[in-house]
Amino acid sequence: MSMGMVFALIGAALSTALAGMGSAWGVGMAGQAAAGVVSEDPDQFAKVLLLQLLPGTQGIYGLLVTFITLSRIGILGGTPIADAGTGLSYLFACLPIAIVGLVSAFHQGKTSVACIGLVAKKPDQFGKAMLFPAMVETYAILALLVSILAVTNI
Amino acid sequence: MGDLDYVYAVARIRVKEKSLLSDADMSQMAGLKDVKSVIGYLTDRGWGDTGTGNDPEAILKAEEEKTLAVMKELKVDSDVFDLLSLPNLYHNLKTGIKEICTSENNADAFFAHEKYGRDAILKILSEKNYKALPEHMRAAAEKAYDIMLKTGDGQMCDVIVDRACLMAMIEAGKKSKHKLLREYAESTVAVADIRVAARAAKTGKNLYFLTEALSPCASFDVKRLARAASEGEEPLMNYLTSQGFGDAAEALKDSPSAFERWCDNRLIQTIRPEKRNAFSLGPVIAWYLARQNEIRTARILLTAKANDFPEEAIRERLREMYV
Repeated sequence: MSMGMVFALIGAALSTALAGMGSAWGVGMAGQAAAGVVSEDPDQFAKVLLLQLLPGTQGIYGLLVTFITLSRIGILGGTPIADAGTGLSYLFACLPIAIVGLVSAFHQGKTSVACIGLVAKKPDQFGKAMLFPAMVETYAILALLVSILAVTNI
Repeated sequence: MGDLDYVYAVARIRVKEKSLLSDADMSQMAGLKDVKSVIGYLTDRGWGDTGTGNDPEAILKAEEEKTLAVMKELKVDSDVFDLLSLPNLYHNLKTGIKEICTSENNADAFFAHEKYGRDAILKILSEKNYKALPEHMRAAAEKAYDIMLKTGDGQMCDVIVDRACLMAMIEAGKKSKHKLLREYAESTVAVADIRVAARAAKTGKNLYFLTEALSPCASFDVKRLARAASEGEEPLMNYLTSQGFGDAAEALKDSPSAFERWCDNRLIQTIRPEKRNAFSLGPVIAWYLARQNEIRTARILLTAKANDFPEEAIRERLREMYV
């Protein structure tokens, strides 16, 4: 296997691993808060479930970038990489969603926890409560776009 | 445990905060005609349980037990409980010393305590086995017991035990990793010092008494507070105002009950920011203290209704609620 292939696979692995770690952390923490609310008020299950799921999207974005990368470097399709320069390009192209996915999922998890507390006290404010963690999502989407554009244009 | 490990507990507490009584509830209860109506209002809000019936004390006790049960379910650290239960622990010590020295049965005046309930305290004191007490209580217990035996001076006994309690709170607060507990301990000691100074100024106590009774805290210089209180009520109010406790001075001018109300409200103001905190144990501790404040205010209200206090006098005694 060429060095270029190794670099590209590292990039593909990082985008799933880091973004997935962030999502697991965010969804896990929001899940604890959701369980706390449901243990006292089971009627809020659907609302807190939606808030819990929000930090999970970064993991999906990371997976998407990994699939696109694998489909272009000769693993799931495309042409195998021969040179280190192209491999490094794939690695760097994967980093935006890997790093931003990790950090944004962490913060989105904390925002979701705070908003689950808001829904616990004022269930009628669910619409507004959804918006706060959704704001954090913006930056994960931007990173996803950059990674996809970069990977598909190498 | 780190701050982020309490998200489950805080989320549960957020739901429970919805059932706390508000200022409007208290005001509404103050306007009800008698104890029965107040009990009806409380039971409609879920107070008491199947065995409590219409007995006010049983209802309040059931609420205290429910609060403790929630704290146990949430597995709150033992150091938090230790600090929060210090006033009850020292109260039991004071009551125990007086019961032994005066041979009067005060069984109802003791707080329930896992280790230091009535029987344990009386046994320790009668055997003078002070080592069986927590370390921070031993010296005060011995000194207060000796003074009570030799002089029968219950007030000095109270001063010694109360001061030891406040010192223990400050020490426990300093050691606590929870910011709210540190602030609560500081606020409790500052309020207790102001309360002691106000009473001493009113009854003309001397500087020696005040120096013995006041506990050091970070909110003000205790020596200057003692000096001001020994000079009278006016110098005390001036000193309090200069230290940012102008509202305490105003309450003192108003009436003793207004001042007592200020003391309790000050503690509620200390914990109120926890309503906006989504992490850490702070909101759980705040809820526990809010419940205690709620039960205390309900007790005041029920006692006042039982004694046919006029509505205005009851309203003056109502404490600020957390929600």
